[in-house]
Amino acid sequence: MPENTKVICITCPKGCRLDVTREGDTILKVDNCGCKRGEEYVKAELADPRRMVATTVKVHGGVHPLLPVYTAKPFPKPRIRELLDALSKVELKTPVAMGDVVIKDALGTGIDILASREMKPAAG
Amino acid sequence: MANKETYDVVVIGAGPGGLAAAIAAMQNGARDVLIIERDLEPGGILLQCIHNGFGLEIFKQDLPGPSYAQKFIDDAISSGVELLLDTMVLDITPDRRIFTASRKGGIREIKARALVLAMGCRERTRAQVRLPGTRPAGVYTAGTAQRWVNVEGYMPGKKFVILGSGDIGMIMARRLTFEGAKVERVLEVMPFLTGLTRNYVQCLLDYDIELQLQHTVKRIIGNKRVEAIEAVAVDEKWEPIPGSEEIIPCDTLLLSVGLIPENELSRKAGVILDPLTAGPFVDDRFETSVPGVFAAGNVVHVYDLVDWVTQAGFVSGKAAALYAVEQEHKAEKKILICSGENVHHVVPQHVCADSLKGADIKLQLRVKQPVETAVWVEVRKGANLVSRRAERYARPGEMITLRLPVKAYDEVQSADELTVAVVKR
Repeated sequence: MPENTKVICITCPKGCRLDVTREGDTILKVDNCGCKRGEEYVKAELADPRRMVATTVKVHGGVHPLLPVYTAKPFPKPRIRELLDALSKVELKTPVAMGDVVIKDALGTGIDILASREMKPAAG
Repeated sequence: MANKETYDVVVIGAGPGGLAAAIAAMQNGARDVLIIERDLEPGGILLQCIHNGFGLEIFKQDLPGPSYAQKFIDDAISSGVELLLDTMVLDITPDRRIFTASRKGGIREIKARALVLAMGCRERTRAQVRLPGTRPAGVYTAGTAQRWVNVEGYMPGKKFVILGSGDIGMIMARRLTFEGAKVERVLEVMPFLTGLTRNYVQCLLDYDIELQLQHTVKRIIGNKRVEAIEAVAVDEKWEPIPGSEEIIPCDTLLLSVGLIPENELSRKAGVILDPLTAGPFVDDRFETSVPGVFAAGNVVHVYDLVDWVTQAGFVSGKAAALYAVEQEHKAEKKILICSGENVHHVVPQHVCADSLKGADIKLQLRVKQPVETAVWVEVRKGANLVSRRAERYARPGEMITLRLPVKAYDEVQSADELTVAVVKR
């Protein structure tokens, strides 16, 4: 049985609302695309949705108690909660440099978690 | 640190606009450049914008806010820009004397041969949207909550309602969800999303957070702490529709209801503000109505992208350096740029025809009403078309950029005013 799904394309700011007809994993038809990039977006989004994830981890000895971190690449969407749980257990000490690897190969995805900024030891 | 009494260029604010202006000033001949910043560290609001999406235009990279900031902080320091941190500017005068206060330095006066205003913008508050009800704890602007959650490590509540579908509100909805809170609802008084569709998908749809368009807060309920809000549907004129009320239990209400350029200091310097942008009237080099006083970034008008703030900062800082070094104000003819059909405002509000001898002039505008079909964005001198470009659609939430081309010099220099309009094709 073909089923219909609505997907909003976010390739560009226009945000076309696409009507997707699919049967299981096969996409039969994509309607209402403003351009041909819509179809590619639907394929990627339905097969393996990924998102950039940004959050914070604890850091000791800096001007702030938190260090912002992010995924070096878009991360598999279904595993974001698991990633956040892992990051909530991380505690770092200053100094930290921008781009330092906070977790290597997070959850075996091959994606590193990086420090978004430096954090020097607080003076005094 | 700030050891001198006088600087070629003083920049107020170390956010992206101020950092770019300072770097450009150093690169364009200023002998000494000082940034005065009230926070403990440079970077401005980018430091709390830990999400990605910054730098796609300038670096062709998808960076988090703090990384974007750090590139410019590092550049500023390595190019010799001085930073005076943890210092509040109390007053500035039209002849560019700056009065500062800090714990370490007390009250000081610093002089600038050219001044760049880069104070950014401020969030609209509860008082400015006149929300009725009690006045309990638990009503905050989205940016305040963002600072607490992302930088200082406090959670402002457990159950949230967010008023306004601006980008900061939607990004905070996701962020609070990540940190274990429940976002019950996002309410938007307009019939359309005011932030980017991308954020609607990735911040709200991804986490099943409900958005209600044409809805607002009728009343805040709670004594010591917010206990609930009463939501209501509104008609086209924002009038509440009787019978549509709904009580939503929550402990925190976040407001994401717009940003206003922060120009308290500009007024003290005698800078004239445009009522449409709430920022200074500027020319194409971002010089304000006060000679030698320039403006950079969101203090002029609120940009969609930080990359554009940086670009504006570069233009402003370069002009400030040239002014400081030459110390003379050329009496140039300035042409007024008027807002025509469906244009809310245009920046700059004036252009110097002579600028067109060297390069195109960038005009940036917002429309009043959304148009979902193709439009022309045109510049006219009276009935004559000077320049135009096509857009697939026009929305108030997305700034439109248009260039006055070098080849339009003759037409522009003979004009007193030009009108920018957005019309259906």
